[in-house]
Amino acid sequence: MDALKIRNLKKSFSVPGKVGFLPVVDLPELTLEVGEQAALSGSSGSGKTTLLHLIAGILPAESGTIHLGNVEMTGLGEAGRDRLRAGTIGYIFQTFNLLQGFTCLENVLLGMSFGKGADRAYAMSLLGRVGLGDRLDYFPRQLSTGQQQRVAVARAVANRPHLVLADEPTGNLDPTNARQALALIRQICTESKAALLLVSHDPLVLAGFDRVLSLSQLNRAARKEVE
Amino acid sequence: MILALLVRRSLRQHLLSTLVTALSLALAGGLLMSVWVVKSQARETFTRQTGAWDAVLGARGSKLQLVLNAIFHLEASPGNVPFADYQAIATNRAVALAVPIAVGDNFMGYRIVGTLTSLFSAAETVPGRKFQVAIGGRVFEDGFREALVGSFTARRLGLKVGDTFRPYHGLNFDPKAQHEDEYVVTGVLEPSNTPADRVIWIPLAGLQNMSGHAAATASDVSAVLVKLKSPIVGQQLEMMYNRQGDRFTFAWPLGTTLAQLFDKLAWFDKVLELVAYLVALVAAGSVLASIYNSMSARRRDMAILRALGARRFTVFASIVLEATSVAVFGMLGAWGLYLLILTAVASVIQTQTGVVLQVWVWNPVLLTAPVGLVLLGALAGVVPAIKAYRNPVAENLLPES
Repeated sequence: MDALKIRNLKKSFSVPGKVGFLPVVDLPELTLEVGEQAALSGSSGSGKTTLLHLIAGILPAESGTIHLGNVEMTGLGEAGRDRLRAGTIGYIFQTFNLLQGFTCLENVLLGMSFGKGADRAYAMSLLGRVGLGDRLDYFPRQLSTGQQQRVAVARAVANRPHLVLADEPTGNLDPTNARQALALIRQICTESKAALLLVSHDPLVLAGFDRVLSLSQLNRAARKEVE
Repeated sequence: MILALLVRRSLRQHLLSTLVTALSLALAGGLLMSVWVVKSQARETFTRQTGAWDAVLGARGSKLQLVLNAIFHLEASPGNVPFADYQAIATNRAVALAVPIAVGDNFMGYRIVGTLTSLFSAAETVPGRKFQVAIGGRVFEDGFREALVGSFTARRLGLKVGDTFRPYHGLNFDPKAQHEDEYVVTGVLEPSNTPADRVIWIPLAGLQNMSGHAAATASDVSAVLVKLKSPIVGQQLEMMYNRQGDRFTFAWPLGTTLAQLFDKLAWFDKVLELVAYLVALVAAGSVLASIYNSMSARRRDMAILRALGARRFTVFASIVLEATSVAVFGMLGAWGLYLLILTAVASVIQTQTGVVLQVWVWNPVLLTAPVGLVLLGALAGVVPAIKAYRNPVAENLLPES
């Protein structure tokens, strides 16, 4: 059983002012084994974020299938996708997307609340794991960007996901913090036995991965765009 | 649990608008409850004041004026009743008790009413309760320049047993119109929570013969308070005085007469009530507006919550619950405001009429109005909640640039 299995996935958007739809994702195949870590490269506009949204069930697919473990995301309605996302996927954003009105601990607790339920002790241990054990009651604005991304990492794995999706997680960090954040993400995914699909266009980030997939090559829609 | 956290944080994040909207809801709730309770209590309490008497006999004129003058000690007397006519009704077989009163003087603005000692020995203030003289005092004696002071007046003027005073002529205080006669306070009445608390009682003859009063009408009385042996005989007396005779007015039954007063004031209740409803609407609107306005700032938060696995309905519910919470806080304030308003209104009404409204008495509106406003607040939350429900996730997750 794979952590992620995509077959013939298609998604297109309507373009303002134009008739018809613009294909954004047309992906014949993509598979990630349990616990596997892979990087996805691609220039902007190659459909990276859309693909991650499709995998997370934030966007519905047009056709094709996405399997997370043995559950088919593409076969579920919106509420089912929400539930599946809450229980099995962790998401790390380039802009962290922490909730500003909530403390670090509450942000991490919210990461588990919609899935298997809030576990305060585990949330605290995770924040300790990312080096913020003494910042539990801080609000995001009181933290540095590097610290904020660490909270986001703790939140992403708080629901014990099978798959962590990271969208340019180092894009807003300085080189030192970027290196540390990347190491932390990979390490924490290994520890929690979660597969990792990391999107980046930074060669330094991509260089660290054994498996690097070029979306510009895999995604037929992106290929068309380039041509 | 998770909803409670979301709502609590959001309320804190928008503390100012939370407070302002809660306050406007409190105002609406407080006004609604006050208007309602004052309206219903005033009608009931004022009507109860007449309970010890069945009718008032006075000079030909308005029944309402007669009742206001004789029982509430407000307004001027419409005219006089010769003493012989008082005696006639007092000895009528249908009448259980008739007590004459005479008005026309005041002391420092408080009405001086001349009457007979039977008012204190035989009559009741409200059904089942007689006048009680406070310890250390006694009722005046007929033929003496003595006075029995109502509790409210005694407190306001600082009058106590043994004090002397000289009345002023007229119902309104005029410093230039002081009589020569000097009266001594022989007693203070216990509070009866009736208009009698605002009165200074003196012997009937004392008021009739006050220096400067016309000698020709000296034996007249202003009105006669009447207690009937049986309520149904009022019909006969009513017929006799109002239809067959043309010299007097027989105000009976008192409840009906007093109802005219409240019917006259009904428009005022309506206006107040309308104002309260308008305030409620505006308050609900401000709940809607304040949450709706903050929605654009929250779109990202909503999208993040959805990305974390929150369902659309959870986001929707959190907004409705937030509006509801604001309304609930508002209602706590509303009860406070209600007590404040009612205390103030009760104090004004007591000062003006002697009638005491009960501030701490339960009225169903104290529950229905807050519940209604909370529902209204929740309803106001539905509009922004729908906006949150429709908030597209993917677009709002993109980096801000």
